[in-house]
Amino acid sequence: MRGKVMGSVDVFTPVLMGIMLGGLYALIALGLSLVFGVMRLINLAHGDLVILSSYISYAIFTYLAVDPILGLVITIPFMLLLGFLIQKYILGRGFAISSETPLIIAFGISLVLQNLNQILWTPLSRGLNTSYSHMSFFIGERQFPVSYLLAFLAGIVVMVGLRAFLTRTYMGRAITAASQDKRAAQLMGINTNRIYGYAFAIAMGAAAVAGVFLGMTFPFTPTSGISFLTIAFGTVVIGGLGSMLGTFLAGIILGLSQTLGGYLFGSASQMLIVYVLVLAILAIRPHGLLGR
Amino acid sequence: MTDETILKIENIDVFHGTFQALWDVSIEVKRGEMLALIGANTAGKTTLLDAVSGLRHPSKGSIQFEGEEIGFLDPYQIVELGITQVPEGRSVFPDMTVLDNLLIGSYAASARKRKAENLEKVYDLFPRLEERKRQVAKTLSGGEQQMLAIGRGLMADPKLMLIDEISLGLAPIVIDEIFRALHKIKATGITVLFVEQNVNRTLKEADRAYILERGRIALSGATADLRENQEVKRAYFGVDTCEVK
Repeated sequence: MRGKVMGSVDVFTPVLMGIMLGGLYALIALGLSLVFGVMRLINLAHGDLVILSSYISYAIFTYLAVDPILGLVITIPFMLLLGFLIQKYILGRGFAISSETPLIIAFGISLVLQNLNQILWTPLSRGLNTSYSHMSFFIGERQFPVSYLLAFLAGIVVMVGLRAFLTRTYMGRAITAASQDKRAAQLMGINTNRIYGYAFAIAMGAAAVAGVFLGMTFPFTPTSGISFLTIAFGTVVIGGLGSMLGTFLAGIILGLSQTLGGYLFGSASQMLIVYVLVLAILAIRPHGLLGR
Repeated sequence: MTDETILKIENIDVFHGTFQALWDVSIEVKRGEMLALIGANTAGKTTLLDAVSGLRHPSKGSIQFEGEEIGFLDPYQIVELGITQVPEGRSVFPDMTVLDNLLIGSYAASARKRKAENLEKVYDLFPRLEERKRQVAKTLSGGEQQMLAIGRGLMADPKLMLIDEISLGLAPIVIDEIFRALHKIKATGITVLFVEQNVNRTLKEADRAYILERGRIALSGATADLRENQEVKRAYFGVDTCEVK
């Protein structure tokens, strides 16, 4: 979001920063993409669920003194379970009413989470300030934050993991099948309601990872979710619905356009450039880069 | 064919919202036979298959499979019992490979243990699917997609196979191939219930047929008898065409 250009100012710095930042954007967007692709739902609460994960990691880190990355062994199962329950007991019932209802419910969940986070953690800005999250690494004279590199690597791991899961396992194939043709999937013996629960849970597992690495990279407040939802939405739209690789590449395009936009035109206009690019890509390829 | 009834539909009504698609429909399917469902568009053929598959539930009447009431079950439970549907328009998963399409056919727990065996059977039946197993399904021709849809249905290890609109949009030579495959499937003991628009062809291929008209059963019987039936000749082959080709 506030991608600062550090060290010496040649074009290599914003390029590498943009790629790494794009990995984080992709990481945030992967869960949104999965839910979008499978359930045809724009999960308006996605950003807030990512931020909720940041806060949970913050609590584990602050009160239990457990490193946030190690803390994922708690955060991921917690978010998996929360995702499954949200789909089963709240969104799933909305799907039974109409296709618009879950969208409104998701907006409601978003508002509830923002206020809940406000009450629990106050509106003050927090961060996952581990010993290594403010360290730098150097390429020549140029200095880069370690947290960006970690977020980028996490983005690759989650993207590759999700792809393997979706193409190699029975459950993953069932999720893919349900996303391509729901009726045919039902006729294959797939319980699509349960599959939606699993898909949402897995999306929240990815959100848990995103929350941790976001929290180590940027400070966050209870309302940060909205701006990350906007970026994730742009990423998903550019990448094409439900394509994990597309989402990842789109994240990098967004990250690069932001840092290069800031480098060329000043940081005030960098987000404007990102969204102009989103519109331009959509005008040329309405189904996204790797969309169906 | 035996005299044992595998599927018994009794007096069902099925609604699409407020529109009644099926009126008091009764059908009996014998184990091991090849039964056809004939009728014009909107006669209710797909609705009938969907009611058996659990995609729609009857508001009245009963559907029994091997003596158990199944009218209220969900689609995935129906598949577990051994009923599979090859849907209209093939509906293969377009972005998945041929092999992945076949594997997803064996998703039901009841089918997974015979996955390898059934995959071999499908490849025997349609060698072209094995040649193209790494190919993405949407790149197949219409005929190959129909083979894939039928193969995917076989992967569910069914006792009863429902096939909607077998020949729609396919070339005659491909239709011949599909029907040959259906007879082989029947020979393995799987009961086949299919929907087909081509009455002439259907009456040659199936053992028995039911004719649906505007949601009601108009006629039924052995295909040999239906071919000679004056009403069928009048409705489907024209008044004076007494000879069925």
